[in-house]
Amino acid sequence: MSTAGDALPSATRAGTPARPGWRARLRGDGLQGLILVSPPLLYALLLLAAPLAMVATISFWTQDYLTFDRTPTLKNYAEAWTDPLYRTLMLRSLAISGTVTAATVLLAFPIAYYVSFHVAPRRKAMWLFLITIPFWTSYLIRVFLWKVILGYNGVLNSGLLELGLIETPLTFILYSASSVVITLAHAWAPFAILPIFVALEKIDRSLLEAAEDLGDGPLRRFRRVTLPLAMPGVIAAALIVFIPTVGDYVTPRLVGGTDGLMIANMIQVQFGKANNAPLGAALSISAMLIVAALASLFLWLNRRFARGRGA
Amino acid sequence: MSQTETPRRPIIELDRVEKHYGDVAALAGVSAEIREGEFFSLLGPSGCGKTTLLRLIGGFIEPTRGAVSIDGKPMTGVPANHRPTNMVFQSYAIFPHLNVFENVAYGLKKQRLDRAEMRKRVEDALAMVDLAGYGARPSHALSGGQQQRVALARALVMRPRVLLLDEPLSALDKKLREQMEVELRHLQRHVGITFLLVTHDQEEALIMSDRIAVMFEGRIAQLASPEELYRRPVSRRVASFIGVMNFLDARLTGEAGDSLSLDVAALGRLEVPRDQAPGGVNGGQVSVGIRPEMLTILFSDADRAEREIEGEVVDVNYYGDMTYYEVRLPGAGTPATISMRNTAGRRILREGTTARVGWSPASLVVLD
Amino acid sequence: MNERGASGWLKGYAVGYLAFLYGPVLLLPILAFNDSAVVNFPFRGITTRWFGQLWETPALHQAVVNSLYVGLSSAVIATILGICAARASARFKFPAKRGIMGFIMLPLVLPEIIVAVALLVMLMQFGLDLGLWAVILGHVLLCTPFSIAILTSAFLNLDRSLEEASLDLGETRLGTFFRVTLPLVAPGIISSLLISFTISFDEFIIAFFLTATEPTLPVYIWSQLRFTSRLPSVVALGCLLLVMSLVLLCAAEYFRRRAMRRAGPASATGGYL
Repeated sequence: MSTAGDALPSATRAGTPARPGWRARLRGDGLQGLILVSPPLLYALLLLAAPLAMVATISFWTQDYLTFDRTPTLKNYAEAWTDPLYRTLMLRSLAISGTVTAATVLLAFPIAYYVSFHVAPRRKAMWLFLITIPFWTSYLIRVFLWKVILGYNGVLNSGLLELGLIETPLTFILYSASSVVITLAHAWAPFAILPIFVALEKIDRSLLEAAEDLGDGPLRRFRRVTLPLAMPGVIAAALIVFIPTVGDYVTPRLVGGTDGLMIANMIQVQFGKANNAPLGAALSISAMLIVAALASLFLWLNRRFARGRGA
Repeated sequence: MSQTETPRRPIIELDRVEKHYGDVAALAGVSAEIREGEFFSLLGPSGCGKTTLLRLIGGFIEPTRGAVSIDGKPMTGVPANHRPTNMVFQSYAIFPHLNVFENVAYGLKKQRLDRAEMRKRVEDALAMVDLAGYGARPSHALSGGQQQRVALARALVMRPRVLLLDEPLSALDKKLREQMEVELRHLQRHVGITFLLVTHDQEEALIMSDRIAVMFEGRIAQLASPEELYRRPVSRRVASFIGVMNFLDARLTGEAGDSLSLDVAALGRLEVPRDQAPGGVNGGQVSVGIRPEMLTILFSDADRAEREIEGEVVDVNYYGDMTYYEVRLPGAGTPATISMRNTAGRRILREGTTARVGWSPASLVVLD
Repeated sequence: MNERGASGWLKGYAVGYLAFLYGPVLLLPILAFNDSAVVNFPFRGITTRWFGQLWETPALHQAVVNSLYVGLSSAVIATILGICAARASARFKFPAKRGIMGFIMLPLVLPEIIVAVALLVMLMQFGLDLGLWAVILGHVLLCTPFSIAILTSAFLNLDRSLEEASLDLGETRLGTFFRVTLPLVAPGIISSLLISFTISFDEFIIAFFLTATEPTLPVYIWSQLRFTSRLPSVVALGCLLLVMSLVLLCAAEYFRRRAMRRAGPASATGGYL
């Protein structure tokens, strides 16, 4: 019989002493990981971080026709935040985006719920496929089609006239904030449906049975189990829709008229016709900061809410 | 190390091997020799470091301190693809994009054998694991047991000095597992290669191994043959990990030459030879262990045993071939477990009856 | 409300919602074949002349060529970068991993106009000329996060012991990558190429900011939307694009499913996010 002690080999080869700590970690997996991730990281640093830093820098300069005056100034920010035109555009962008987000997420939830809970598992992929198909044509053309639908002589108006429901074409739908909302809500639908669907799919079905077993009816069960567990998907959907739509350019230009223009259109004007890149930069940075702040606030509120209920 | 007939030379030497992950020591200094041609098992609960040790020998991780040598050559800095070991993975790791033949031939491709030689070696390996003629099967069409055989063939075809097996039977159902335990052992005898098995299943280890190292918390607690391990565990922990063991409080009352005098709860004063305390004793309070099958219930008045005591049956668990009784012995804390084979005509006692229990001092083991 | 009743309502809602999603798209073929110089109803009979017009517009052809060039380049570069990042994220722990990965994925949640403005400012600062190469730079930035998302799941599905088994059988790290890793994630790579190409091919605002004299297809379409007489052929073009996207999408879905079947336990669902 032997124990570990007896079995010691007589040889006393020196072990390989390695200093633990970050050096040792870096030599192994950590280093390999860093080497692998460095090309995309460098790319993002060079083509995202550096350009954004430049935008930030320029926003403190002034443009004098074709040359920059590099004296740092807050003039652009003062203008961006006080001029009623920019303020209106910014607030309108946020309002339109907020409405689009709310509408899209609310409309998307039942669909995601239906596909996740009421569609046979082998047909789910087909439903998702069906939902995403319309979104793989050109974005521009989709937006343009809404112009055709909502226009004065558009499909909607001629349809309603034909049916005798209206006497004269409706004029308020095209070239307004509401047409922008409708078009964007349509364009971003799958981006809201998919994250909610994924969150719903992750819910362990036995949890629902447990809730039912413990006396919850379908509605209470939905409110107390399904909805809280689906919240991460809903939050993701809201952010995925809200953030890009604030900066949308195409839709307001095509269907928004003057009442539906948004901040991105103004940014483009500053970099283009108005030839005032510093002001455009200040508007861009402001928009980015506001969106980031709102998104963080949203996430923070949600986390507090989740903690409050002990989830 | 008394069981092996001829002392064989070591094939793997572990010298104070340590592996740390941050502040956690997965291996806290392991030294051992694994001999050429033996079936060696690393046995322990999950998290004891056995898999870490196996992966360290296979070359997938490097030790933090200490050294591994295989076949007399130090392995420090030698990657897995240059070591004379091959592994059967827990998940089998059958390449899903290759068929059975291509899987088994995978490692041979590197060796630049001619076509016929390679085909022959692959087919021999497949025949060895009873999969002759399965070469063209796509790997996703294999059952769990067949995947395991392919994994075995793929490793053995490389003619390794040591075959490493990482819980190879854990994914199989009970029947198949029992069959494979026997087959693996036969295969090992047949090919004569050293097998190093990692398992958490003590029965599996006992059935297949020549020697077993029981590991707890990154250390080897005991390294011995299956029989030795079962009969002479060195600690309470090893004793309760391998099979079932009843423990009785005892006091060491004297040591004289080769014998120990003990005062044991329920059993009274007795003397045992010192080799029944394999872990050594430090005086004072000790434990005495006795296996359930070493206690006998004496059913008829005619039955006799070397020593006898009386106890009350408090619980009866019927297993078909066996019955397990929980019997409260006067003076002992928890009831003792006694296993009795249900031989012809033997009745089953009811709860509450008083039973005569026979035992022998020779079947006791003294533990610290 | 019982389950069955709820299911019925939901199904009705789902069908209505699909109608809303498909409404505009279904108009495409109708308008594209409508024999009317104005893009509108009523339907005046079938014509293919709008499609014919597409054939006779060299500017359009050049725009398609430009877009193909931009799309293919962006897809290849984004996928290579995506392979690096996805592999690193799925397989290794490294310092500041969350921060680094979050930063690389940032374009996913950045309004595109910001990316466009940032690149424009940088090119201006360095006094570089705009052009298709600049568009490619921007599109790679945009496509890489999508590529990473697709490839990370492909790499995560890959059982790590397969690569270890290859090493164990004597293959080198590089050999293992080519003989085991790559074949098993190949469907993910193809899927990433297709998605990246589609995103780049359809991207407007970055291209609008960064192209000088060589418009991509969306920029060309944008320029046509101003002329009423050009609209019918734009609709016809949209129709063609829809068909092309469908073909690509089916191909992507096919490869994604093959990847699932190959590399791990099949999950029937999950999609492009």
